[in-house]
Amino acid sequence: MTTWFASPTDAVTRLAAEGYLADSATATTAFLAGALEKPLLVEGPAGVGKTELAKAVARATGADLVRLQCYEGLDEARALYEWNYKKQLLRIQASQGSDQEWSATHDDIFTDEFLLTRPLLTAIRREEPTVLLIDEVDKTDVEVEGLLLEVLSDFQVTIPELGTVSAVRRPFVVLTSNATRELSEAVKRRCLFLHLDYPDAEREREIVTSQVPDLEDRLAEQLVAMVGRLRELELKKAPSIAESVDWARTLLALEIRELDDKAVNDTLGVVLKHASDTDRAVRELRLRR
Amino acid sequence: MTGSGLLERHIAFLEALRAAGLPVSLAEDLDAVAALRALPWDERATVREGYAATLVKKSSFRPTFDTLFDLYFPRLVGEGAGHADDEGADESAPGDTGRALASFREQLLAALAEGDQETLARLAAEMVGRFGAMPGRGPGLSSWSAYTAQQRVAPSQLVDRIVAALLAQGRTDEEAQRTAGRRLGGFTKLVEDDARRRIAEEKGPDHVANVAVRPTIDRLDFLQARRTDLEEMRREIYPLARRLATRLTQEHHARRRGPLDFRRTVRASVSTGGVPLTTHHKPKRPHRTELVVLCDVSGSVANFAQFTLLLVFALRDQFQKVRAFTFIDHVHEVSHHFRPGADVADVMADLAASASHAALWGRTNYGRAFTKFTEEHGDALGPKSSLLILGDARSNYSDLALGSLKEMAATARHSWWLNPEHRRHWDTGDSAAWAYGEVVPMAECRNLAQLGEFVHDIL
Repeated sequence: MTTWFASPTDAVTRLAAEGYLADSATATTAFLAGALEKPLLVEGPAGVGKTELAKAVARATGADLVRLQCYEGLDEARALYEWNYKKQLLRIQASQGSDQEWSATHDDIFTDEFLLTRPLLTAIRREEPTVLLIDEVDKTDVEVEGLLLEVLSDFQVTIPELGTVSAVRRPFVVLTSNATRELSEAVKRRCLFLHLDYPDAEREREIVTSQVPDLEDRLAEQLVAMVGRLRELELKKAPSIAESVDWARTLLALEIRELDDKAVNDTLGVVLKHASDTDRAVRELRLRR
Repeated sequence: MTGSGLLERHIAFLEALRAAGLPVSLAEDLDAVAALRALPWDERATVREGYAATLVKKSSFRPTFDTLFDLYFPRLVGEGAGHADDEGADESAPGDTGRALASFREQLLAALAEGDQETLARLAAEMVGRFGAMPGRGPGLSSWSAYTAQQRVAPSQLVDRIVAALLAQGRTDEEAQRTAGRRLGGFTKLVEDDARRRIAEEKGPDHVANVAVRPTIDRLDFLQARRTDLEEMRREIYPLARRLATRLTQEHHARRRGPLDFRRTVRASVSTGGVPLTTHHKPKRPHRTELVVLCDVSGSVANFAQFTLLLVFALRDQFQKVRAFTFIDHVHEVSHHFRPGADVADVMADLAASASHAALWGRTNYGRAFTKFTEEHGDALGPKSSLLILGDARSNYSDLALGSLKEMAATARHSWWLNPEHRRHWDTGDSAAWAYGEVVPMAECRNLAQLGEFVHDIL
């Protein structure tokens, strides 16, 4: 059995070493997910580092990352396993010439050789430490949640022809969600829950400077303050950390040294993604246009 | 954990969470215990996060959880350890004289202008301790009052000076106003929390949890919301609409399997040697209706009306066409305010301004509004349209014009009435809820949760 993190403090240090600056809530929950061997459901607005958390945990613990990207219409065949029909057909056709019994052929085509493992099964069958990232789980149909339940509570998968495959070693499971849909109670009950939100100014400044090391401290401070002011407005899409980092890169590329009204005005498109949001920001913050 | 009384505290805490509406199952209870065993105990913040990660599965429950956590696992006991340091200062000035009050307000002003959360938390505790104490009250009455403290210190009188300080920091006008309001709101909450903590110390947390914990934002009554609540609710509207819209699309898609698409199925079977392993289907076309909203915007129900209108318009894509009318005693069309991509705050302001057009005499009169509607906008309703009426059905004892309403309901394909009042208040006083409810099915809709459910059901 692996211990993933020794304590919440250990989680903070080791995640920070991988460039992920976790606050105390994130570190505590990540530690608990490892210690209790429970899946971790991370919810929050887009671009605050939910997926990044899973990647950082994988890097910090030396585990490999197996990723299942969810989308509408995702089914068992894409998430769990699938039989390689084409190969099976070939096998059947090849055996037609020979005098092999049908029952032998039948047993033959439902073996490991013809099984295509998809992310969930792959993660369970791996013997090395694994971080399983189930990304944007709210995008799937409700039926897929049922599929996840067996995997998440018992870490096992039942394949009718082969029997039950149990996890050799429990993976560290991270589910992310933008909360566009309520997940079922059953899924939530099996998971630890973490709500990631926009960070405070101090932490955001650290994140931005760690991502864009060439950025001057004073400019970083101005940028973070401006992003904070934008988030206070009633916008449709408030700028996220990802957008702050983009903005920092933009300023660097344009060689802007001072974030004055004109500079903000010229580069606002990097952070705001709706025309009405831009209008509102320009009006409320008195940026001339 | 046994023996120290901690287990009892833990169980009581869970009971309080359940009573406040959080679904905490036995599985989560056990997880929480496991989490606490795994965590170091020396830091309160860690324990709080451990509890939160195992017990709270929805971010809208978090404020309730925090309030209860503070009650059952208080940050400090009595005046706290930090109090011993400034004992000397206190003795020179007896607690709450005018001079002490003035100096306290100066400190508060500085902290509010800076937005310094730590100092604010300390000041809130000090404020309740010094200005909110009501010693010598009879048994059974609480000896701490956030209300008294607020009255004496009156932080709201500091608004202008906070705004001035923020302006000096380079903020714009609106921004300074909004920030000042938000910080004051936050401070008020801190003071209330501290008073609750002190009362809980005297009477036990169970008692306080029963009487003083506010419902979560989506369960809060429209008609009883405070101004800060309204702002928070407004921020909930778009996410709510987005959630509803995605859920609807997903449900439509799940039911979509239409007739077999023969060509695609055959073409797909080529790769499997002519065996049609997967079948393809033609998509079903969604059925969309036109929606006509009639909305009472008189003072008593204005908040409710605005939220519902906003939600309906955020869901515009789900309908072929939406037309909205506001009324008090006269009908006024407001559809044009909802441009695609328009700004929520602007729309709210426009709607508030247009309320004046909806009143000729100034007293709510449903009967006259319905009659006017059939006369002037009768063409809006047809066999393809659905009618949605929003209002409390309080018509000031005037003629109900049931005939006009019947006519409207008969023309429309479906009709519903949403009433923001609790069902038990229907038909009290001038409410004509049952009379109208017989013509148009009436549903109670007092908070965002009910509103969300209703909209989902009718679509």
